[in-house]
Order: sequence, then C-alpha cells, then structure tokens
Amino acid sequence: MNRTSFHPLTIGLLLLTGIAAPLLFPAYTNQIAILWLMIVFASTWDILGGQMGYNSLGNIVFFGAGMYTSAVVQIGLFYDVGMYTSGARTTHIVFTNAQYFTGFALGIIAAGIAAALLAWATSWIVFGLRGPYFAIGTLGVAVAAAELIASWEWVGAAAGISMPVFPGAPDTQKLFFYFLLFGLAFVVLVCLRSLYSTNFGLAINAIRDDEEKAEAMGLHTRRYKRTAWSISAFFLGIAGAIFGNMTGFIDARDIAFPTTTFNIFMILMVLLGGKGTFWGPVVGAVVFQVIKEVTWTYFLGWQFVALGLLIVIIVVYFQQGIVGWLMEKYPERFGIRVAPKKEEERPPAIGLAPHPEGAE
Amino acid sequence: MTDAIIELTKVTKTFGGVIANRDVSLTVSRGGITGLIGPNGSGKTTLFNSIVGYHPIDSGSIRFDGQEISQLRVQEIARLGLLRTFQTTRIYGRMSCIQNMQISIPHRKARFWDMFAYERADVVQRAEHLLAFVGLYEKRYLRAGSLSFGQQKLLEFAMALMNEPTVLLLDEPTAGINPTLINGLVDRLKRANQEFGITMLIIEHNMRVIMNIASRIYCLAHGEMLATGEPAEIQRDQNVIDAYLGAH
Repeated sequence: MNRTSFHPLTIGLLLLTGIAAPLLFPAYTNQIAILWLMIVFASTWDILGGQMGYNSLGNIVFFGAGMYTSAVVQIGLFYDVGMYTSGARTTHIVFTNAQYFTGFALGIIAAGIAAALLAWATSWIVFGLRGPYFAIGTLGVAVAAAELIASWEWVGAAAGISMPVFPGAPDTQKLFFYFLLFGLAFVVLVCLRSLYSTNFGLAINAIRDDEEKAEAMGLHTRRYKRTAWSISAFFLGIAGAIFGNMTGFIDARDIAFPTTTFNIFMILMVLLGGKGTFWGPVVGAVVFQVIKEVTWTYFLGWQFVALGLLIVIIVVYFQQGIVGWLMEKYPERFGIRVAPKKEEERPPAIGLAPHPEGAE
Repeated sequence: MTDAIIELTKVTKTFGGVIANRDVSLTVSRGGITGLIGPNGSGKTTLFNSIVGYHPIDSGSIRFDGQEISQLRVQEIARLGLLRTFQTTRIYGRMSCIQNMQISIPHRKARFWDMFAYERADVVQRAEHLLAFVGLYEKRYLRAGSLSFGQQKLLEFAMALMNEPTVLLLDEPTAGINPTLINGLVDRLKRANQEFGITMLIIEHNMRVIMNIASRIYCLAHGEMLATGEPAEIQRDQNVIDAYLGAH
C-alpha cells in the first residue's frame, strides 16, 4: 500500500521550492503561480483519468463553475449582481478592504462546495457512460456549460464580469495570488497522497483495472466514482475562484470554460508526466509549463502548432509518460515487484513430447 | 430434503430467438457442494449470470436464503453474500496481490466514511493468511498481472474467500490449470467448504474433479435440465452419457 503521508523531507522541499521560487525569480512570479495551478489541474485530472481509468474531457466545468460561484458570492454579498453586471451600469462601485477579503474568503469556500455539489449531481448522468462515451459525454457537459453561462444575462452573459479589484500594490497582489495558488497545490498534493493510501485509493485502482470484477465483488463502484469526481471538482472549483480573481476579469468561453486550452492542458500534462502515478502529473506540469512558456515567448503565432506536435509525439512515442517510463525501467526503485519468469513455471512436457531444449 | 439456500424455479432466459435456459429448476443445499455440468453451450454460464444478476431473466424465480433476488443488481447480490468467480480469470492486474486482497473485503457493511479508512492490521493479516492458504504468500507484493494464469486463478479464489461469502459460484475453477496443481486446488475447495462453511455451486468440465467433490450434480443440455442426482447416479444416467457423446 502507498505510504499514508509524505516524508518530512518531501514536505520541506515542497515548501522551500514554493517559498523560494518567487524570491529568486521575482520576474517570473506569475508564470510560477500558473505552474502551481497547472499542478492542481494535472493532479486532480489524474484522480479520474489516471487512478480510476475514466478519461474526462469535462473537468474544466468545475473550474468555471467555481470561478462564477465565487464572483457571484463576492459581488452578491454587498451589491445586486444583476445591477453590477449590467452593461448600462453607470455607478462606480468600490469594495472596501474588509469587503474584498471577506467576500474572497467566502467566495473560495462557496466555489469549492458548489463545484463538488455540481459534480455529485452530474455524476448521475455521466457515470452511466464508460470508455470513449464517458469522454465525449463529459466534453458535452463542458461545452454546454460554457454556452449556458455565456448567454445568462444575470452573470454578464458574453460580456463577462469585472471582478472586484485587489486593494494593494501590484507587487503585493502578485505575491498574494502566488501564495494562494502554491498553498492550494500543496494542500492538493498532501490530501491526494493521504487519500490514495486509504480504501479509496485501492477501490479506484480496482475500478481502473476491472470495473466488472469490482462490481461482482460487491464494491460500491458508483459511490467511489461519484466521490472521486466530487473531490476533483472541489479543488478545481477553488482553483477557479482564485484564478478568476487573479485575472480580474472573467468570461465564459475564454477564461472560465476554456475547453481547448486549460481543459486539454490538464490531460496533456498527465500523459506527459505519466498517467496513474503520483508524481507524474507534477513532473508533467513542470515540463509542460516550461515548453509552453518558451513556445509562447519565442514562437508566438506557432504556439498551437508546437502544442499539436507535442500531443502527437506523446501519443505516438511516449504513452507511458516520464514517470511511467522510469517506473518501467527501474521498478524496484518505486517499490514495484514483478514476478521473475522462472524456468519451472513452464508447463511440464506431457507424455513423450521431447523437452524443448532436447537433452535434460 | 436438506435446507435450501439457493432455489431456482422454472428460470427461462432467451437472447433474441436463442433459448439459453428453459424452465430450469435447481436447488443448492446449505453447506454442501453442488455441481453443474453439461456440454459446451448448454447454458451453464448463462444460468450463473442469471443467478448473480448479470442480466434479467425472462420468467421464473431465483431465491437466495428465502429472498427473491431476480430483480436485484450485481453489486446488491454480491453484498448479500452470493459471490461468483469468472471463467476467464479476472483480477486487478496492475495492483499487487495483497492490494487485490485488501480491496476484496466484504462490502456489505461498508458505510460512506469507510471509503477513507486506512490500512487495517487485521485486514492485512487475514489477507496474508488466505494468500498462504492458496500458496501465494511469497508472491504477495508482486503485481497480480505478472502472475501465471494458474496463480491468478488461485488469487481470484483467495479474493473470493476474503469477501466472506455465504455461497460461492465457481465457473470452471480447474480450467487451464496445470494437472499437477488440480489436486491441490480440489483439496483447497474442500477445505474452504468444510473449514469456512462456504456453500458452493461449481461449473466443471473435469468429471474426475466434480464427481469427487460434489454431493449432488445437475446436468444441463440444450438449456434444459437433463438429469439430477448423486455423482454415481449421474455417471450411470444414459441421457447424460448421450448428451456428452452427442446423441442429442
């Protein structure tokens, strides 16, 4: 069974990296903050995609749902949401410091809960599907959610919402959001490590290996699937709330439900790092974020060609991913033991059939 | 008549125009080993699938411990304590043997928060004990998928025992197993029956095995119950001999 928690050294290294990174590379604070977000994306996608074997193309729904929930809570606590988002609004609205921070804190909590509840509710529909049908079904949910929100006047429709402005200097703002995203990623990793060492981890692995067998053994497969989907949604909802406030402006198609960017990145990072491994999504996120930043900076205009090329290369030549490849190459280092193919396990020759090697 | 734990009354199951089972009635007595034989395609596995709720039956009744179960789903039936193994062995290939065992604990008592329960010493101990029982203790940390076919079959049997079933339905437990291992397996089936008190219904093609362990045998042919009786009676039954030799 997996270890129940991180080695103290791992925790120390994670904290050190997280705290030192923005101090060492202040110019890249935002990029590193996004890296932590990517780690959250990849690790939460891997709960279903890697550990449970359900490839979801709709996880972005919970990111967007969390983002909009927090926006509505942050605004709705102090003003009328319909008035705030109205295109004809003329009054200038200012949030006091206290209003901003209470709203934000409550918004984050509400975002996580709302996303998890949405996952619990939609699970009744999507988990009737398996394999490729599940993937397409969840993609349908994501596209529908984007269109639905983009035509809902009360939350600004296609015009989006300008979020309350952070009351502080730009540098403070940068660090504030950096540490929120780092904190989230840290909590996600610690929680998942613990979660995978419980019955939950075993059960979702069993569902991945043979769901029909798991059912025949009486496992509550639906309950586990629904919970896995909701846990993933909870963290994505919180990520959405933080990211929405970080960008300061949200809209349905490009920021809250970006089905062709963030949604695809999640899967790509996991495939790159290694599906179903704990550190694979993290490694994948780091490598991917570096590739992405380089191509976005130096090959602007060609970035989606580079992205497409990366997808093709991974899918064709490198399906097991970086960590998956290492585990295959050095299984002992990861505590995996594979039965040696021993001589005596060959079925014995029956009757007078000659021994394959001839003489004894 | 001894105390019946499974009672099938006039079970019929058709797939389109094909009648897989027609008016099949069968009784499994509590605590015993019952055999189910029949030529290939006679509807044995279909009957198993009907009992464990894999597909709905067209008519008839299936009672388990006095309760009608023909309307229940696979997991619900499994949680009642009626468990089956598969003809094509199914284990969780990418998990280690001990993990395969740990997730096979009985789920009938599982509450919501049990999902997040950590590894328990008594579960591990029981898993190791049962792995030793089937002779896989030394291989407990190996990936189940890397075991040989015969070993996977033994693992599947151990997983079924881990689940503490009342009744175990075994679909060809000796198929594909090295002949020298069969005796060991037969011995373990008998011990599981006697020591753990598990009632068994076994589909088997190996006549030597089934005549040896079952106290009562049912023979299916063309989806209908052809004969039933004690092993010695079945061996003498002309209808059974004809069915196997292709007189039908």
